[in-house]
Amino acid sequence: MEHLCSLGANNKKMTMLRESQIMKIHYITAVAALFVVAVHIMMRIAIMPYGMSLQYGNVIANYQSIPYVVLLESILVLVSIHGFNGLRVILLELRQSKKWEDGVTVLTIAAMIALIAYGTRTIIIANGLGVE
Amino acid sequence: MTEQLIEKIETMEKKHEMEKHQREKEYPKSSVSIKIYRANRRAGESPHYDRIEVPVQRWTTVLDALLYAKAYKDQSIGIRYSCRMASCGSCGMKINGIPRLACYTKVSELQGREITVEPLPNFPHIRDLVTDFSQFFAHHQNVEPYIQNDDADLHEKNKLTEFIQTPEDVDKYLQFSYCIKCGLCYSACPTVATDTQFPGPQALSQAYRYFIDNRDTAPKERLNLVDNRHGIWRCHFAGSCSAVCPKGVDPALGIQLLRGHLLGYSKNEKKVAELKERQKRD
Repeated sequence: MEHLCSLGANNKKMTMLRESQIMKIHYITAVAALFVVAVHIMMRIAIMPYGMSLQYGNVIANYQSIPYVVLLESILVLVSIHGFNGLRVILLELRQSKKWEDGVTVLTIAAMIALIAYGTRTIIIANGLGVE
Repeated sequence: MTEQLIEKIETMEKKHEMEKHQREKEYPKSSVSIKIYRANRRAGESPHYDRIEVPVQRWTTVLDALLYAKAYKDQSIGIRYSCRMASCGSCGMKINGIPRLACYTKVSELQGREITVEPLPNFPHIRDLVTDFSQFFAHHQNVEPYIQNDDADLHEKNKLTEFIQTPEDVDKYLQFSYCIKCGLCYSACPTVATDTQFPGPQALSQAYRYFIDNRDTAPKERLNLVDNRHGIWRCHFAGSCSAVCPKGVDPALGIQLLRGHLLGYSKNEKKVAELKERQKRD
């Protein structure tokens, strides 16, 4: 019974952010991602035909337009934060132990940073700012 | 005249026959077969189902049927019950796949001639239809389900005080106070099935019940109790808790309202209830 009564106490070991703050970020990134992805899709079909918009020259032209680069970077950051937190939440429900929970949190944050770094590198190279 | 009378009697007899037939059609069950989950792991008994034929009436509940089976067919059936009137919440079990109170479920409202009764899922199993509620009650205890108000001096025996609340104040938490802790919502919750540290709909709705109660002065502390990795955010809003509640409580609503307060778009602007002293009657 003592162990059962401490069920909540185990949960009180908090990380840097409270769970409500993390979930606020989760919901805000979801709404923001919807907006930027909608703009991104509209750009595929509104300016020129879809097939043409995916041609090499047009794609590179997109990367060289600073507003579009900002849009792509926003999509990358927002979707990564939202997606990896979603994955963390799913994995947290699989097992309940401090080791597993801390491991999942650290791994998902690391994976998120890695993906954002790799995506940003791609954007920078395609933009022409990177080393050829 | 006589012929007319005979004709009238025949018509009445026909009508009576038809009504009887109709009644039998509506309530065709004079007996049902109860398929009871049996298992006693401590005694090395593996899980299996026993089928017992039980006579039923229109008003027979599943608990009545089980108690008949226990009294006259097999005394070893393990079952927990107490009040027989949906007040104590002891006889919760899975009836035809849905968590229900056996004393509150009539045989006549169930489909088919066979009724399957199983122990509540999401609870550790003890024997037959009996489950262990320790974990469930521990979660309930963790949300501190009592009024916290330092002004209410409980130790001064000669002083009688009462909180003044308006009907609107009471309405905010009233439905959640109807909870009888039967555990049906907990057993129906898909999150509890995977996450044993999740407090469950019962505890979370009670957290809201005391959070919104204007006699309570510790709303922030209450929010902190449920704002953690395995807390309120793990609710998937399946809504099955509210669907199975026998007392009409809507735990899913309580959880969503509490989430609103945690996210900051709902404000708990309650005015703490006034504590009024009154004369003790002799």
